[in-house]
Amino acid sequence: MTAYDVVTDRPSRRRSWVWPALSARHIRLKGLLPFVVPILLVLVWQVFSSAGWISTRVMPAPTDVAAAFIDQVLSGALFHNVAVSGARALAGLAVGGTIGLLLGIANGVSKLSEQLTDTSLQMLRTIPHLAMIPLVILWFGIGEESKLFLTSLGVLFPIYLNTFHGVRNVDRELIEMGRIYGMNGWTLFRKVILPGALPSIFVGLRYALGIMWLTLIVSESIAASSGIGHMANQAREFMMTDVVVLSLLIYAALGKLADVIARAMERHALSWNPVYQR
Amino acid sequence: MSGYVSRYAPRPGTIEPMGEHGQTVFAEATEPVSIELRRIAQTFGQNRVLRGIDLDVPAGQFLAIVGKSGCGKSTLLRLLVGLDRPTSGSLRFADRSGDTVEANARIVFQEPRLLPWARVVDNVAVGLGQDVDENTARVKALMVLDDVQLSDKADQWPARLSGGQRQRVALARALVSRPGLLVFDEPLGALDALTRITMQQLVSRVWRELGFTAVLVTHDVSEAVHLADRVIVLDGGKVALDLEIPADHPRHHGDPDLAVFERRLLDAILGGH
Repeated sequence: MTAYDVVTDRPSRRRSWVWPALSARHIRLKGLLPFVVPILLVLVWQVFSSAGWISTRVMPAPTDVAAAFIDQVLSGALFHNVAVSGARALAGLAVGGTIGLLLGIANGVSKLSEQLTDTSLQMLRTIPHLAMIPLVILWFGIGEESKLFLTSLGVLFPIYLNTFHGVRNVDRELIEMGRIYGMNGWTLFRKVILPGALPSIFVGLRYALGIMWLTLIVSESIAASSGIGHMANQAREFMMTDVVVLSLLIYAALGKLADVIARAMERHALSWNPVYQR
Repeated sequence: MSGYVSRYAPRPGTIEPMGEHGQTVFAEATEPVSIELRRIAQTFGQNRVLRGIDLDVPAGQFLAIVGKSGCGKSTLLRLLVGLDRPTSGSLRFADRSGDTVEANARIVFQEPRLLPWARVVDNVAVGLGQDVDENTARVKALMVLDDVQLSDKADQWPARLSGGQRQRVALARALVSRPGLLVFDEPLGALDALTRITMQQLVSRVWRELGFTAVLVTHDVSEAVHLADRVIVLDGGKVALDLEIPADHPRHHGDPDLAVFERRLLDAILGGH
């Protein structure tokens, strides 16, 4: 209800004669606010670099990074590496996410399944998955399997935990209502349990996206022959700090992009929730 | 609960379709059921919640069950809608000709229990069960929403509705399958006083129009007297008082004749100890 009140409240406030100019400008300024700090930082960085206060071996100037970006785009290497990394990330998310989702649902719905697998999963979860890199390289070499394995493993647990938690916490009264109205099995799951668990699953997804990039960066820098991590690592060998920094920026952009997509999906899927209603 | 799934499937022989008046909107023919309880007992561990209840509710009657909390009224209600089975005793539903039928019982809970992720009309359609195609379900749901004066909210999310409106959606969901028995579990307890009065009028109106058998569980004696043909008082898992309320419907709040019944019921509930 409060969301409604705010919506109807706003126009009258904007029309108010006390605040007219200020509130219009206020709205425009508010949109720019998040960018103030990064823009200032880049400006300071450029000034320091141009003045020669920062060695290009430590940190390239923003203009150098921009030049490296254009270089990499023109040579086609950037596109290739982004595509390779993106495909790995998605494959890992798909495999690990599906396993986590299915296990979470199974353990949330079935006591037997929970008793069978939950303890083992909780034990596996406490092993930092990046600690398995040496073993993974022994198993798979530096092929695609090693990246897929590590990313899947990293993504699996946040999705598993949050799905499990979400399914377990679906309102008992709604489930009872569903049963009274003749829902059971698949229908009950599709109409009551899954939508009820969805907010929690999305939390898991967004958390998993962070781990997905982290795992990919690390495994690409250590064991890969393509991808952004490999690009950065190769640039390090030739002391090309501009490409190294460019790689970091691309990771940041990809991470942000993934989060924006996840948020949009969340808003769409949870539009019934007052929190997401505008 | 699997017994509840198939009720909506058209099963020849179980319930005769209403043929005489031509095509009814509701494919499922409904008629009020009578209830026959014999020596019903319910025990949870050491706790004997119901101790031998014998009760006959004629088809189409509006019965109210009142009593202090812990008197077993909610337990009895769960038996009526088939959420639990009694420890012993028998429970039978029959149509007007006396043949045993399935109750097609519906329940309105104290909380609306709407699916927050389904629009109002889809929440009502839940009441039709799973065997109805989407378009038919929507048409039927819209008609019932009109009955509870909420057709303008059909495509809203439940979160947008007030408490009274949500409870009306829950009522529509219970009514949409034209139940033979409708059970109310303190349905108005969570509403404010004015909304409660309008809801009481609504419940009374749909009961008179549709003619289902109604069982209302409440701790509000005035509400029971206002709505019901007959009120029973449960105490210690037994029927302590069985009182007919012969006044005509619709009834009005503050009617002095009703006050006499209220008084007798309150005495029975509170004076028992």
